[in-house]
Amino acid sequence: MKQDPFQKPYLLAAEGLNKSFDGFKAINDLNFYLDEGELRTVIGPNGAGKTTFLDIITGRTQPDTGTLVWDADHDLLKLNEYEIYRHGIGRKFQTPTVYGDHTVMENLILSMAGPRSIWHSLFGKILDPQKERLAEILETIKLSTHAYRKAGELAHGQKQWLEIGMLLAQEARLLLVDEPAAGMTDEETYRTGELLLSLAGKHTIVVIEHDMEFVRQISQGRKVTVLHHGHVLCEGPVDKVQSDERVLEVYLGRKSKAA
Amino acid sequence: MTKAPAASKIQMPLLIVMAVFLVIVMPLLNVTGHIEDFTLNVWGKYLCYAIMAVSIDLLWGYTGLLCLGQALFFTLGGYMMGMHLMLMIGKLGSYNSDLPDFLVFLGHKKLPAFWEPFYSFPFAALMVFLVPGLLALIFGFLAFRSRIKGVYFSILTQALTYAAALLFFRNELLMGGNNGFTDFRTLLGANLREPSTQRVLYIVTAVLLVAVIAGCKWLTASRFGLIQRAIRDSENRVLFSGYATANFKLFIFVICAMIAAMAGALYVPQVGIINPGEMTTERSLEAVVWVALGGRGTLVGPVVGAVGVNALKSWATRAYPDMWLLILGGAFVLVVMFMPKGIVGIPGQIRDWMAKSKNRRENKKESDVPESEGEINES
Repeated sequence: MKQDPFQKPYLLAAEGLNKSFDGFKAINDLNFYLDEGELRTVIGPNGAGKTTFLDIITGRTQPDTGTLVWDADHDLLKLNEYEIYRHGIGRKFQTPTVYGDHTVMENLILSMAGPRSIWHSLFGKILDPQKERLAEILETIKLSTHAYRKAGELAHGQKQWLEIGMLLAQEARLLLVDEPAAGMTDEETYRTGELLLSLAGKHTIVVIEHDMEFVRQISQGRKVTVLHHGHVLCEGPVDKVQSDERVLEVYLGRKSKAA
Repeated sequence: MTKAPAASKIQMPLLIVMAVFLVIVMPLLNVTGHIEDFTLNVWGKYLCYAIMAVSIDLLWGYTGLLCLGQALFFTLGGYMMGMHLMLMIGKLGSYNSDLPDFLVFLGHKKLPAFWEPFYSFPFAALMVFLVPGLLALIFGFLAFRSRIKGVYFSILTQALTYAAALLFFRNELLMGGNNGFTDFRTLLGANLREPSTQRVLYIVTAVLLVAVIAGCKWLTASRFGLIQRAIRDSENRVLFSGYATANFKLFIFVICAMIAAMAGALYVPQVGIINPGEMTTERSLEAVVWVALGGRGTLVGPVVGAVGVNALKSWATRAYPDMWLLILGGAFVLVVMFMPKGIVGIPGQIRDWMAKSKNRRENKKESDVPESEGEINES
């Protein structure tokens, strides 16, 4: 099912991606197409290549072969981390990665969309609309009362939310969200799902997740991609995916207790 | 890390008191005869070291780059100023020649072409910043583009310094070999051997130290400062926030090289000698120890450390000449183990300790215990 990515209006098109680490094939002939405005959930057992895939998209890892085309005409494989970021691709890491020594507000200021030059960092002012936007984001991620606390002092779930807030401040077109519910309570997990749903449509979102309850909550009939051994095993709505024989075998079979 | 705000709160008044004392009180006491000329001159030397220490802290404490090459930039700045001072000796040298003594000694009849422009003070002053700045730019560009960080960066800067020292020890460089430059007479027409000239040099040094600290205060309070510390704590995350971290590191590296060079240029006319011994491995490491002792990641800390350790050194090398290195080593170990924020961090540490014991008394187990922060920053 080779398609020419230059003819399609895909926001992100990955074709024939391969990546080995010391002989271990982390990504194996991976094809992945994403439309603008989608909320896509990617599931798969440990070692399925989910995080490696995000590493490739964000420029952290170079694949051995394959193409990765952004917005129909940008070859992401030629760009480094910050150039890819500047195309509007933001990432939330699996373990919350915030600047612990900075306040919540400072974390958002650093992530805020805008020029990234040294000159601007020295003399740039934060404009009123930007301040309003930051206040709005603090409201969205429910950290308004913690704005001037050090991010390192926040609870685990709050750090996860702050990192999502940082993606919002960045005004990313594509949010890559790696296991947002990891280590959260059920209540926090549910609220995180609500947050992601409220962002769907405004942003294109890829969520990597293990928790099937959470996947059900956010996918709501949207497309779910199952990765296995670095390859797309199947795609479709969560019900269809969950009843797929191959999926049951490799993933849900093992995880049936959790699901 | 609840200590940082506590430390920064005491910083501002401490800075003002320090500035007034160093810039105004000390020279006044010298004029009235309460401070000897010798003492003021020694303090001028300490303050030059303090300026270099601030530049190390800006790299190490704020950006996480442990640079072991600041003594190189310091010495290079000193050499640029020294070249001008050598030419100002004129015919007063041992050989009564227009050439600096060491060139006559090496058998030169004519001044080498690259020495010629150093007759001009403005040119020499420009070179003080330009030569070290350019070296830092080239070295930093190569190092940061190759994403060399952590201990590898430290080792490379150390190697660069060592290589430069070997180069300057050679007579063929026409920079005075292992004797370096000395026997200076005048600067801008003023006799360097007059106490009044030395007093002016001291005041200039003190004013520039205060200016450097004020500049650093502004820099670290700007968004640039936020990015600096973010690079220190999590450089990868900064890359994924769209910042070209290599450029930011290069910028601060060059600035710090120029600050250290300026300190070196002020040091030479006050101490009266500059030679490659100033850029050896020990000098760079000693300067790092000043910063660690005084307090990393603060602006007052490096000054306290540089002045404190050097004053201690002046006293100990006379009182206990054999014990000096043991005393310095012991102090370093104690601070690293028990005072991660250095001397200026002590009030904050006491406050934390009191708060913690109060908490314990009230049997309240809070989770805002400060995280460990003693480790050397590394990515």
